[in-house]
Amino acid sequence: MNRDKAALKYHGKTQLDRAFELAGRHVTHVFVSVRADQTLDPTRAQRPMIVDSAGEGPIAGIRSAFAAHPKVAWLVLACDLPYLSDATLDFLLRRRDATVFATAYRSAHDGLPEPLCAIWEPSAAAALADYQTGGGHCPRKFLIRHGARLLEPHDTRALDNVNTPEEYRQAIATLDKAPMQLKIQYYALMREQAGRSEETLETSASTPAGLYEELVARYGFTLSRDQLKVAVNSEFSDWSRKLEVGDAVVFIPPVAGG
Amino acid sequence: MLFRFTEIAIDTESSRGELQTSSAGGYVSFEGWVRDLNEGQEVTRLEYEAFEELAVKEGDRIVAEALRRFPVKRALCIHRVGSLGLSDMAVWVGVSSVHRGEAFDACRFIIDEVKHRVPIWKKEHYRSGDSGWVNCERCAAAPQHSHAELANHHHDRVALPNSK
Repeated sequence: MNRDKAALKYHGKTQLDRAFELAGRHVTHVFVSVRADQTLDPTRAQRPMIVDSAGEGPIAGIRSAFAAHPKVAWLVLACDLPYLSDATLDFLLRRRDATVFATAYRSAHDGLPEPLCAIWEPSAAAALADYQTGGGHCPRKFLIRHGARLLEPHDTRALDNVNTPEEYRQAIATLDKAPMQLKIQYYALMREQAGRSEETLETSASTPAGLYEELVARYGFTLSRDQLKVAVNSEFSDWSRKLEVGDAVVFIPPVAGG
Repeated sequence: MLFRFTEIAIDTESSRGELQTSSAGGYVSFEGWVRDLNEGQEVTRLEYEAFEELAVKEGDRIVAEALRRFPVKRALCIHRVGSLGLSDMAVWVGVSSVHRGEAFDACRFIIDEVKHRVPIWKKEHYRSGDSGWVNCERCAAAPQHSHAELANHHHDRVALPNSK
């Protein structure tokens, strides 16, 4: 669409800033990958950078990251994924398989790996260099050839990117409606399985039932929904109740007082 | 407040005092204690955890219901949270009334409903070194059971004299 997609604004924030905030909640350091001619670009200039040192395109960015910090795995994210959420990243990180070159989502559209919302392991660096030296330039084809751990996305729209003004308008409209912030508290077995007693998270689920499905994908809760009750704002609730921004949700495992 | 939590030992003397009124001719209480054996496993200690905000509301509703259903004078339920050793008191229910019959009925109603409805969870620690959340671990292995069915397997419900 002839515009810098990292500079597109949603809720007054550039997509680059949104991606930094999101990634920053899941990893220790976040960098933006830039071409040599982008280092002074105002959208990126204030951010820690990895400057391309090995050719062009996304594959150069990934290789340059490995060159800068060869021992770490990289969570690689494209700068044009406005729908990306904490849940999507959390699930990816939890299912990471460090024994293969990468852990990635399977595209909801064509079933192929999505290399730009993926964890790239340091073991991939050498093969990636060979691939590029041999004329390869597509990280997706690299993952198809070398095999990656592929995950099914639970939100089929999570990795949709924005390529046209129409898609941009649609993304703004969708993000205005959702996601909404909810407060969730966990007790007993579910507290242990989630590894936390409470959190505030963004979700596009509109009912407790939808939210539970999302959280099962994220934390692998072993209790099925029909074993639970649910409370919203400290009162028992229906599973199909319409959730509102700021609602406090508690899932209630089988009780055992007395 | 008809239902409350405590993190320290339940003071039955002062709680019993809260039930006293000159029109009451007697008082019935139930104490639930930590037992050393559950479902064949040797228990060494327990941890109780509650979703307190909702639990006190639901507990209050249960005791208020008992006061409506049965012609008793006063009623109160106190539940422990935190870590408990063997023989520690986990729950106390007290009811005062003109005559004993309804006091026994109300007391039993309260403890039965509390076990079913109040969001309190119990983690048992076993001699073997294992631990488990009561009613959760086995249901997790057998998800074909619904919550309601499990409740019926695990607890005896009392027939309620005034229920329709």
